Amino acid sequence: MNKGAKKTLTKLIIAVPLMFAFGFALVPLYDVFCEALGINGKPSSKPEQSDEFVIDNGRPIALQFISTNNKNMPWTFEPSEQVMKIETGKYHTATFYVKNTTNRKMVAQAVPSVAPSNAAAHLKKLECFCFEQQELMPGEDALLPVKLLVSNDLPSNIKNVILSYTIFDITDYNDEAMAHHEMGME
Amino acid sequence: MSAVIENHHDDHHHGPAKGLTRWLYTTNHKDIGTLYLWFSFAMFLVGGAMAMIIRAELFQPGMQIVEPEFYNQMITLHGLIMIFGGVMPAFVGLANWLIPMQIGAPDMALPRMNNLSFWILPFAFFILLSSLFMEGGAPNFGWTFYAPLSTEYAPPSTTFFIFSVHIMGASSIMGSINVVVTIMNMRAPGISLMKMPLFVWSWLITAYLLIAVMPVLAGAVTMMLMDIHFGTSFFNAAGGGDPVLFQHIFWFFGHPEVYIMILPAFGIVSHIIETFSRKQLFGHSSMVWAMLSIAILSFVVWAHHMFTVGLPLAAEIFFMWATMLIAVPTGVKVFNWVATMFRGSISFETPMLFAVAFVVLFTIGGLSGLMLAIVPADFQYHDTYFVVAHFHYVLVPGAIFSIMAAVYYWIPKWTGNMYDERLGRLHFWLSFIGVNVTFFPQHFIGLAGMPRRYPDYALQFADWNMVSSVGAFLFGFSQLLFLFIVLKTVMGGKKATGQVWEGAKGLEWSVASPAPYHTFSTPPKVD
Amino acid sequence: MFFRFLRNFTKSSTLLLAFLLVPVINADWFALNMTRGITDISNEVFELHMLIFWICVAIGALVFAVMFYSMWAHTKKKNPVPATFHENHKLEIAWTIIPFLILIAMAVPASKTLVKIYDDEAGDINIQVTGYQWKWQYKYLEDDVSFFSNLSTDLDEIYNLVPKGENYLQEVDEMVVIPAGKKVRFLITANDVIHSWWVPAFAIKQDAIPGFVNTAWTVVDTPGIYRGKCTELCGKNHGFMPIVVKVVEQEEYDLWVDNKRQEAIKLAELTTKDWSTEELVQRGQEVYEVNCVSCHMTDGQGISGIFPALAGSEIALYDKDRHIEILMEGVQGAAMNSFDYLSEVELAAVITYSRQAWGNAEKGDGEVVVPKDIVEYKEPKI
Repeated sequence: MNKGAKKTLTKLIIAVPLMFAFGFALVPLYDVFCEALGINGKPSSKPEQSDEFVIDNGRPIALQFISTNNKNMPWTFEPSEQVMKIETGKYHTATFYVKNTTNRKMVAQAVPSVAPSNAAAHLKKLECFCFEQQELMPGEDALLPVKLLVSNDLPSNIKNVILSYTIFDITDYNDEAMAHHEMGME
Repeated sequence: MSAVIENHHDDHHHGPAKGLTRWLYTTNHKDIGTLYLWFSFAMFLVGGAMAMIIRAELFQPGMQIVEPEFYNQMITLHGLIMIFGGVMPAFVGLANWLIPMQIGAPDMALPRMNNLSFWILPFAFFILLSSLFMEGGAPNFGWTFYAPLSTEYAPPSTTFFIFSVHIMGASSIMGSINVVVTIMNMRAPGISLMKMPLFVWSWLITAYLLIAVMPVLAGAVTMMLMDIHFGTSFFNAAGGGDPVLFQHIFWFFGHPEVYIMILPAFGIVSHIIETFSRKQLFGHSSMVWAMLSIAILSFVVWAHHMFTVGLPLAAEIFFMWATMLIAVPTGVKVFNWVATMFRGSISFETPMLFAVAFVVLFTIGGLSGLMLAIVPADFQYHDTYFVVAHFHYVLVPGAIFSIMAAVYYWIPKWTGNMYDERLGRLHFWLSFIGVNVTFFPQHFIGLAGMPRRYPDYALQFADWNMVSSVGAFLFGFSQLLFLFIVLKTVMGGKKATGQVWEGAKGLEWSVASPAPYHTFSTPPKVD
Repeated sequence: MFFRFLRNFTKSSTLLLAFLLVPVINADWFALNMTRGITDISNEVFELHMLIFWICVAIGALVFAVMFYSMWAHTKKKNPVPATFHENHKLEIAWTIIPFLILIAMAVPASKTLVKIYDDEAGDINIQVTGYQWKWQYKYLEDDVSFFSNLSTDLDEIYNLVPKGENYLQEVDEMVVIPAGKKVRFLITANDVIHSWWVPAFAIKQDAIPGFVNTAWTVVDTPGIYRGKCTELCGKNHGFMPIVVKVVEQEEYDLWVDNKRQEAIKLAELTTKDWSTEELVQRGQEVYEVNCVSCHMTDGQGISGIFPALAGSEIALYDKDRHIEILMEGVQGAAMNSFDYLSEVELAAVITYSRQAWGNAEKGDGEVVVPKDIVEYKEPKI
């Protein structure tokens, strides 16, 4: 094979794993792009310290709560209030009622979702039960809080924000993770 | 004198090996081209049989022939086999046969890798097809295998599906590397890039697209594998993942993939229309620029497959405009083909019949694609038979017709025998009628509200479904005629000259028919 | 020459147009075209669709007319000496720019309609729509009404044992009822895999994605029944989970809400009453036919290798506790979901039915499960 051919071949052979890595890079890039372009419809799963957004004369909006159980997640899961009338720029606390109605200890993960998608960036959660896994013994129930603030720079045409939580059963994931953790410790 | 004797001497010493092992060990581009083409024909018939089962079930409302979960396996395998076993290997087979001859090269740049690229394919499809007999059945989540249906809710055979896709991907990647290295480094002196035949150009661009996106598909199925077996959560919201992420990654591969399946067709059709119009292709350089634009644009339109997932408004608008933009270079190509024919001296041998049908029917498919790009309208079209009609128009009377056209056009060069023209025309007309009776009514049922991937349907869709099924049976059985024609030609027929077709241009027509086992061992003189 | 060309051009394009016009004009008879729908937005969408359609027809007709003409006039016989022109830069530029302008003419109105669709403020009524394998759940957030909506077409019709009804595969046991003239917002999500909620009459289609919520809205002024479908492959019964929306006047809607609330209260009472085995079995069979039959089959035999048989199964015969557990929690790593969203009455009934039917009562312990057992199951275990 001539030199030119060898060069082309080398470049192409390098291109392949690069594109494979690019495929994996799309995973974090997805979030980066959403934020950078300001089209982030995904709410944060980490606490956001947002005192800078606290103001006195925010405007009134309605916050609606939705709860969904994922497959094989039989817990009772409901918002204490379906709708909360709130003001932008102030902290508010909402609660969700959960009950483990099964025979065994279970661990749940709540995943938030916000609609409309361009409201997501403006909904700041200081505390949320979705930040941590929730463990409940058989028959145990709890009232889970979320302390949040909708910042005043919410686009003015949005008067109603929906915060939806889906709870997933991660008991098995958790057990596996614990097992791996213990193995690592030895 | 001595040159002639030398060539004869070469043939005598380096002709094809004897026996079955010739095919196992060959590094000859013509042999490998033949292997790919026969493999693709076999897979086309297997995928076609599945289509017959699908259309038989849809012949009438109600479940008559299969159960819904088997039906889902049929639609999944039908898609995978036609795309990865039918269309793509056929184009690779044509690339192998034609590219070295068209650029005056003795063979592909990496002949042994060429052999490997082919032989892993039957292995991959054996694995895929054997999943039908595994517990839980074959993959049943559509060829687009969205998560979490394909991860958390999938049958055990999914792991084999992933393995199979990896192998097919490896085959495509190796084949494409071979194509690029060959074209970029082995052109005979005098063949500059802009002087290259359009089929070669179409494959150069296709190969770059494949190298760019097949690894991304590999990434997607690897993430699937990790989610299924290693406790990761790429696509599982519980672990912080996102099912929509799967769609983005898949379609980032998926959209360039559909252009991969049509660009070589564009190259073939340009050659055939030029030959049978006896007139130089109109706008050679525009045709090259159009293919390049299409390829580049194909990377920024993927989300038009995802208009209903809940994308932000800005994204929907961007992808709508970008998708509509691709219509421009595609339209330019259609106009150029028509301009080539205009005031030419046209004859309608079988390859030309298929090529002309391609232009008309692919354009119809392209126009329905334009309709799909309009987002508010797409809310009514998405995941209905309107989409099924669209992509079958661009793939069947699109890609598949171009492959048939190519076979009729070049088979005299490959075998030294002319195919039977009367039978060829019969095959054409049966296929043309079949394909339109099958897929045109699917526009109607899609608009009227029948979703895709449904094994059964409400009564208002019954009439056109029956018509579509009849067309499918006609089209399906006509391909057996095609098989007969090809076999008959391989075995004998009127002897072909080197030139074969009066208006044919290109280096492949300067060698004898059948083409000698080794051609252009010394590069040809090109002005 | 020119007039001959014109005549042929006219002939071929007229023929093509006529062929396409006829079915379009007869749009309703023959189900050939998209529905106009019943809302302002759906009509706008229909108009957009027709605009694009006609532009595409015009482009196709023009290109094909030239091509067909050429195929007729420029055969080797009629034109033995081919022309030699093979490029024209001005022409290339023209037929790049003109299509580009046509596209802009299409994209601008489309963008305007899209902005309207996305302008999604509060609804007068908000309904959470959750896709399950294979049914829809509707929760009315303001009115505290919640129910499942299952396909109500009989299996016998599907398997061709009896003639198919008029609304074959398009009928459900509980319709989504909404009031006319009010803005209704749908909050769409899923319980398991991705589904998609489509009502053509409203031009609404949004994917239902587990873990995420999508929104869609509509205002329907005309009362009536509007039928939709699931439009994302979601497994075996993807084709068997339709949507039916009934739009009624406000008063009728209020009555319906009241009714639903009464039903919920009655259901709570039913949980505490005493049930006879026959009553449980009868109710259980109804529940079985809606929820279990597609996998476990009418005869309880399941599908060998995929869905286990209930007739003669160890659990149905001897293990009442495990039986309840499976219904409440599903089976990890298998297709069997938790059915905890069914009412206590329905759960007790269907479990009792499976323990009694197909000869199970004779072969096994024939244990009966009452609604109180299910309530107890959910209580704290100390």
